[in-house]
Amino acid sequence: MEHMGIEPGRLQFSWVSSAESTKFVEVVKEVTEAIKALGPNEHFLKTKAKVA
Amino acid sequence: MLSYIDKIRETSARLLKDCSVEMVIGFRKGTVPMMNEPHFAKTAEAVDKLVWDSNCGINLANYLTNRQEKIGIIAKGCDSRNIVTHIIENKIKREQLIIIGVPCSGMIDKRKINAMLDGEINDVVEDENNITVKGNDFEKILNKRDVLQQNCAVCIHRNPVIYDELVADLVEEQEGVDRYADVRSIEAMSSEEKWKYFDDLLSNCIRCYACRNACPLCYCPTCFVDESRPQWVGKSQDPTDVRTFHFLRAYHCAGRCTDCGACERACPVGINMRVFTKKLEKDCLELFGWEAGMSADVRPPLDTYKPGDPDDFIK
Ligand code: SF4
Ligand code: SF4
Repeated sequence: MEHMGIEPGRLQFSWVSSAESTKFVEVVKEVTEAIKALGPNEHFLKTKAKVA
Repeated sequence: MLSYIDKIRETSARLLKDCSVEMVIGFRKGTVPMMNEPHFAKTAEAVDKLVWDSNCGINLANYLTNRQEKIGIIAKGCDSRNIVTHIIENKIKREQLIIIGVPCSGMIDKRKINAMLDGEINDVVEDENNITVKGNDFEKILNKRDVLQQNCAVCIHRNPVIYDELVADLVEEQEGVDRYADVRSIEAMSSEEKWKYFDDLLSNCIRCYACRNACPLCYCPTCFVDESRPQWVGKSQDPTDVRTFHFLRAYHCAGRCTDCGACERACPVGINMRVFTKKLEKDCLELFGWEAGMSADVRPPLDTYKPGDPDDFIK
């Protein structure tokens, strides 16, 4: 995805077991912060109006 | 390569005659120059239509999917690797096939040739090294090396990797070719440049799906782009939908694509969508030491787990 122009960091992978609630919260926080820092996504938005 | 024709016909006729196969899949001359088409020979007369030259770029493995009969198939290097992939993926059984291997010296790029000349090309004849192109008021001799398809120019597996018969001695493999210069030049771009590069690349795509149809890997009974329940990807010409089609198709070919070039060749508007699959091919080589279709005895990296598999991207 980064190869095609998605900014590094916008797409993240993590392995969280269902027993790792603390890790889950941490990951969500980290990802949210990182993505907020990147700003709004400008790609993969449809620009053309929908036709019927 | 022209000298292969007799041997191809002779072998095919023999296999049909002694009933080792029910048909031979090969090439016949197309109705326009530089566009040979697949030929399914079931009788001795049909065998005489089989040809071989530098216009056999279509990947014949595409016609093997789920066939039940015994088949003889003409296979250059890349076809043979896609045949191996078909065998690994249970799309055809090895026992059903008699593979007639053709050592290849590359296929010519009709777009490149058309672009070099103005005026319609009526006839193209070739010898070992040269291509003579004739039109109404011109005739030009081109060096075959200069007009190869880009994937053939950087090919390092010209000889079939699996075969039962060979129509000629194996050719020397190209060495020291830089296969991934194009991918590296994209890797070196910034995110914005990359985005723009692919936007420009795909701007002419009319979503005819010829690239998908020509690809031996794209054999799903219903392709994800054709499904509507659920609808995985929009069906419009919006750049987002076009790009989604292309990068998802490329992902479906990850670890399987042999860079045969059939997709690019089939595109009516000349898009080089191989830049998607080539990135994945390069990654497979660098991360897993994998080249698709080299052996039917090794499982592909995407359907095996090894403790040493790279996982740095997972946090
Ligand atoms: S994606 Fe293109 S180059 Fe790769 S196997 Fe399919 S047709 Fe050949
Ligand atoms: S063959 Fe060319 S125009 Fe047709 S869908 Fe593929 S890239 Fe688009």
